[in-house]
Amino acid sequence: MALAGGPGPHRGKPRWDPSGGGALSVFLAFRLAWRQLRHEKSRLAAAISGVVFACLLIFMQLGFMTALFESAVQIQKSLNADLFLMHSTTEALWRSTPFPRARLAQALALPEVERVAPIYVQNVVWRNPETSLKRTLLLFGVDPTSGVVGFPGLTADGLAAITKPDVILFDARAKPEFGAVPSWLAVGPVVSELGNRRAEVAGLFEIGATFGSEGNALTSEANFWRFVPNHSPAQVNVGAIVLRAGADAAAAQAALRRILPDDVMVLTKPGLIAFEKNYWANTAPVGFIFGLGVVIGLIVGCVIVYQILFSDISRHIGEYATLKAMGYTNGYLVRVVMGEALILAVLGYIPGWILGLGLYELASAQIFIPLTMTVEKSIGVFALIFGMCVISGLLAIRKLKDANPADMF
Amino acid sequence: MDAVRISGLTHRFGDGETAKPVLHGLDLGVAAGEVVLLTGPSGSGKTTLLTLIGGLRAVQEGSCVVLGTELAGADEATRVAVRRRVGFIFQHHNLLGFLTARQNVAMALEVDARLSEAARLMRADAMLDAVGIGEKARAYPATLSGGQRQRVAIARALANEPGLILADEPTAALDARTGHETMELLQRLAKEQRRTVFIVTHDPRIHDIADRIIAMEDGHIIEGAHA
Repeated sequence: MALAGGPGPHRGKPRWDPSGGGALSVFLAFRLAWRQLRHEKSRLAAAISGVVFACLLIFMQLGFMTALFESAVQIQKSLNADLFLMHSTTEALWRSTPFPRARLAQALALPEVERVAPIYVQNVVWRNPETSLKRTLLLFGVDPTSGVVGFPGLTADGLAAITKPDVILFDARAKPEFGAVPSWLAVGPVVSELGNRRAEVAGLFEIGATFGSEGNALTSEANFWRFVPNHSPAQVNVGAIVLRAGADAAAAQAALRRILPDDVMVLTKPGLIAFEKNYWANTAPVGFIFGLGVVIGLIVGCVIVYQILFSDISRHIGEYATLKAMGYTNGYLVRVVMGEALILAVLGYIPGWILGLGLYELASAQIFIPLTMTVEKSIGVFALIFGMCVISGLLAIRKLKDANPADMF
Repeated sequence: MDAVRISGLTHRFGDGETAKPVLHGLDLGVAAGEVVLLTGPSGSGKTTLLTLIGGLRAVQEGSCVVLGTELAGADEATRVAVRRRVGFIFQHHNLLGFLTARQNVAMALEVDARLSEAARLMRADAMLDAVGIGEKARAYPATLSGGQRQRVAIARALANEPGLILADEPTAALDARTGHETMELLQRLAKEQRRTVFIVTHDPRIHDIADRIIAMEDGHIIEGAHA
């Protein structure tokens, strides 16, 4: 018959180990893995949803974590100065300890310093004029002509308006519980109470809720002291220092550290941002909590994938033993199981990414914390999911030892 | 050259004082192209002998040369290499449930990565034609009858042009007529392709397909050791 011709693979010892390695062998093992997975659609769906779940959990945790860090430093990023003074016991801007205003005057002694500007910061209660509900926002007091506050959306008209008594600028992206200030402002003046004092909103800027505050407001120094009467003008929360053009920030920072008492710390702008991020990551256990969430997501995913792979091997143990009897090596079967794990990783990640994107949009729209899908995050989560499936596969392949071809008879 | 040459083959299960001997110094030769039946009551050591010849178990004592390879003292890699030159037919067909008939047969050829995918499938289809179920090539085992499954298993065992075919109770799961038909088919193909076949069976109804019948009892060969 026709089969008698052709090179007989049985003639002589194999000169290579076909199931021992090589791209083709890996491809064949992965193809077998895929055929095995696809044969039982409901089990495959269950396995994929396990990976999708882990994927979503991790995306949400990482999304909130990065949003936390980004939103926490929005204000710092929009300050226009080269160096900043804060009290040495200050942990974060929203709960900063004031320091003597005299430190700013001392800083002027340094020839590189062009000018200084104090920034006053205090949590103040705002009354929603519609519902009379009282909520705390973060009020900033600055000299509007100093130019150190560069909040997005600030206008020259707005900055001019806050020099008038009891006039403030309001955060257009504050939580809705503060009232629909932007839309009211479009039709007429908005008047309410800030710190038990009548306040008129004359304009807007855009910062939005951060993890430290639900909304923000900006006014002049003189108004700040009226809204916060117990805040002494001699006590400053943040000191902004603008250097002369061409001055070296790091050198000026070192010089200021030498001439200023150690009740204040001197930070560059990147240093100020890093300082605030570090507070949320480490001092406030928020960063740890989100990190823990990621780990839990990975463990849950690991357990699900391991269970699926382990029971798959158990149910196919006779088939695997048959393959061994046919001359397939243990290494080939390991590649089949790892192939299943990696296929599950990819098939779970794709819908996981899409659903993650949807949840990010939903979160941004509903809770006003912008969650962004970045390339770094996408790759990072894929790496985590991939690693998770590899670990599950490595745990499951121990079960392959039970596939003993001698037991097939 | 003999396909199988065994001398002084002894095998025990367990260690030390509790060790249970199952084979006692067997001597046996199977010539190339021969169809041999191994019969005997349960526990006589037939299946153990089959797994030793197939390289599925390590040889403990004595000599066992299969297709020119000495299996006594052979490492796992050598035994894997021998298995690739042996076709197995199991009692319960042992087809891969998630593969179609032709994919199951092609699995015997995938061990040999030198063949192209097209060549593998072509040979698989030709083998299924040869066992008379070419039209079931794309069916999954679950949709086939017992006899059809065993035919696929025969096609798979023959696909890789093995020097030796080992079958363990191949008719146990089949009714008398189907069992006999399948074994006749195996014998005819083996003779056409000049393959050596070694069948372990209880089934007296298939004795007529054998060139020689070897009888075992309590780990001894009592009849038919040499051609």
